[in-house]
Amino acid sequence: MKIRKPEPPKNKSITGYEVNLLEEMYRRMYRIRKFELMVNTQFLKGNIPGTIHLSHGQEASAVGACLALNEDDFITITHRGHGQAIAKGLSTKSIMAELFGKATGCCKGKGGSLHIGNMSVGVLPAIAIVGASSPIAAGMAFAFKRKESKQIVCNFFGDGTANKGDWHEALNLAAIWSLPVIFLCENNLYGVSTHFSDVFPIENIADRAPAYGMPGITIYGNDPIIVYEEVLEAAKRARSGKGPTLVECLTYRQGGHKRDDPATYRPKEEVDAWLKQDPIPNFRERLLKDNRFSDENLKAIEQEIDVEIAEAVEFAQNSPMLSISLALEDVYAE
Amino acid sequence: MQNKKANRSLKENDRDLTIVQAMREALREEMYRDQKVFVIGEDVRIGGSFLFTLGMFDEFGPERIINTPISEVGFIGLAIGAAIQGLRPIVDFQYSDFLLTAFDQIAQQGSKLRYMSGGQVKIPLVFQLPTGASGRGAQHANSIEGILFHLPGIKIVTPATPYDAKGLFKSAVRDDNMVFFCVHKLLYGSKGRQLVQSNISKGFVPEEEYLIPLGVGEVKREGTDVTVVANLLMLHRVMNAAEELAKEGISIEIIDPRTLVPFDTDLVVNSVKKTGRLLIVEESNERGGWGAQVAADIAARAISYLDAPILRLATPDVPIPYSPVLESAVIPNKQKIIDMIIRLTKK
Repeated sequence: MKIRKPEPPKNKSITGYEVNLLEEMYRRMYRIRKFELMVNTQFLKGNIPGTIHLSHGQEASAVGACLALNEDDFITITHRGHGQAIAKGLSTKSIMAELFGKATGCCKGKGGSLHIGNMSVGVLPAIAIVGASSPIAAGMAFAFKRKESKQIVCNFFGDGTANKGDWHEALNLAAIWSLPVIFLCENNLYGVSTHFSDVFPIENIADRAPAYGMPGITIYGNDPIIVYEEVLEAAKRARSGKGPTLVECLTYRQGGHKRDDPATYRPKEEVDAWLKQDPIPNFRERLLKDNRFSDENLKAIEQEIDVEIAEAVEFAQNSPMLSISLALEDVYAE
Repeated sequence: MQNKKANRSLKENDRDLTIVQAMREALREEMYRDQKVFVIGEDVRIGGSFLFTLGMFDEFGPERIINTPISEVGFIGLAIGAAIQGLRPIVDFQYSDFLLTAFDQIAQQGSKLRYMSGGQVKIPLVFQLPTGASGRGAQHANSIEGILFHLPGIKIVTPATPYDAKGLFKSAVRDDNMVFFCVHKLLYGSKGRQLVQSNISKGFVPEEEYLIPLGVGEVKREGTDVTVVANLLMLHRVMNAAEELAKEGISIEIIDPRTLVPFDTDLVVNSVKKTGRLLIVEESNERGGWGAQVAADIAARAISYLDAPILRLATPDVPIPYSPVLESAVIPNKQKIIDMIIRLTKK
């Protein structure tokens, strides 16, 4: 294993960005963080059945990417998808209710943590099988291209996916047919316990892009502005008919793979280095250096989100359980 | 221009078509009816393995007859994604056997996304699948319908005659679910391919539009002594067996379910009430075959009408061998069917 520490580039000035955008970046990242930590709490309380895969630490990639998309664009998300869905605009209420297995959940309680999503906000209910979403994302992009709707698709996946055949086939099809899709890798350095450097003989996943005839870029994924800029560029390419782009965001999974994984297989040196580069406090600090933001501003946002997350839990708790008669519904479209 | 030529040549025929001709008509009609329909698959530009899309590339162009790389996971997944966003893909397979390389997309994605999402998406998607054994050894001989039969959330169509193939194909294209349209490799009647010898392998197909709903079987021959349920190639072999049995005074009623999912169990129940005896013939491997489900359903619903145990005839649980001698030794043939029916009448 070759330890990979974060290499944050020098912070880009944020003065050229609108307050609304910067504020929304912070709000969404903070929302994801609070949501994930609350999910953990609720899980430990026994309110959430099954398992959970948390995404705290990776907020900047999800938020930077989704804010570069239009509302009617689509994303496909992973088993670690809560953050991606929230970043695209799915309500924390409807996700929490889904995790509780309630009828008010975003998939009526039939999907659970591994399959959250909602078509109304452009989030295809999550595909939890590594690699399988990439061809489907290419297919949605194929439909958008054919309908000339100018919509695009952003396919979120992790580093592990880039060793799956499904992914390779999807990249090839997307490239040969110039499909409006962005392949967005959240490289958090681990596939469960296996380190990136043990299963990739190359420095960066994006190095594979030229082999498929598409541009690829590896970026620092804990800065939402860097991610936003690159995805905006990729989106422009996709929308103008120039085809797919592979964007690799280097980031870090702050927790284990899933609920019962203490992640002791990670070298302390690496963990510490990445925890120091936590995207949320870092971004907060940057905002405060800009005179358009004050601590008061940001605290107000944080308070608003804290209330929202508490309400999401309340909503989930108070929502009705599914009627068992629904178990046999939604198998076929009539 | 191509279309005119095709119509003229059809008019010159007496409308006795093979299955692949009937399917091509259905495809062409559906492609003209609905611009959202398109075909995607390997070598569809030149017609695909069984010439299902012969001539279509010239007629509809590369936007609607989409030639793919050898990339089954890729183009099945792509078709699923396109269907989710409102298109109506038809995925053409050279051999259905190759679909197994992409089984996750079928068993884990396409068949479940609607349910997992609480009914948010629909996936109108047809797979055109040459199925069964045809002298090519084990890896080109799967009875794919038997493998797919266990999956919830999909439909399986198994036409055995040109008339049924056309009407069922049109219904499949208009269905809002994943439909696996399985045609036996010896039933297409494509140029250069072996076609089974039977009096129903070619047949009259009307020019006027008609649809056959999925889930409605048909009595292909009326009889009184034994009910035989069979599909695909086995239906033809049972029809041939019936002729010989008739000479010996045994009258069999032959039911083609035409679709395995949904399955027309009522039709079988009603027939068994009349005959009191049931044989199910399928080419799939015996263990867990669709015939086992039919046997269980009939036992549950009509056992009091039965005068003898329900019998099944299927391929034993072996891969399909290459040598013609061995291939015909494992797959149910006319003689085995006759022997089994005679046994059943004596019980």
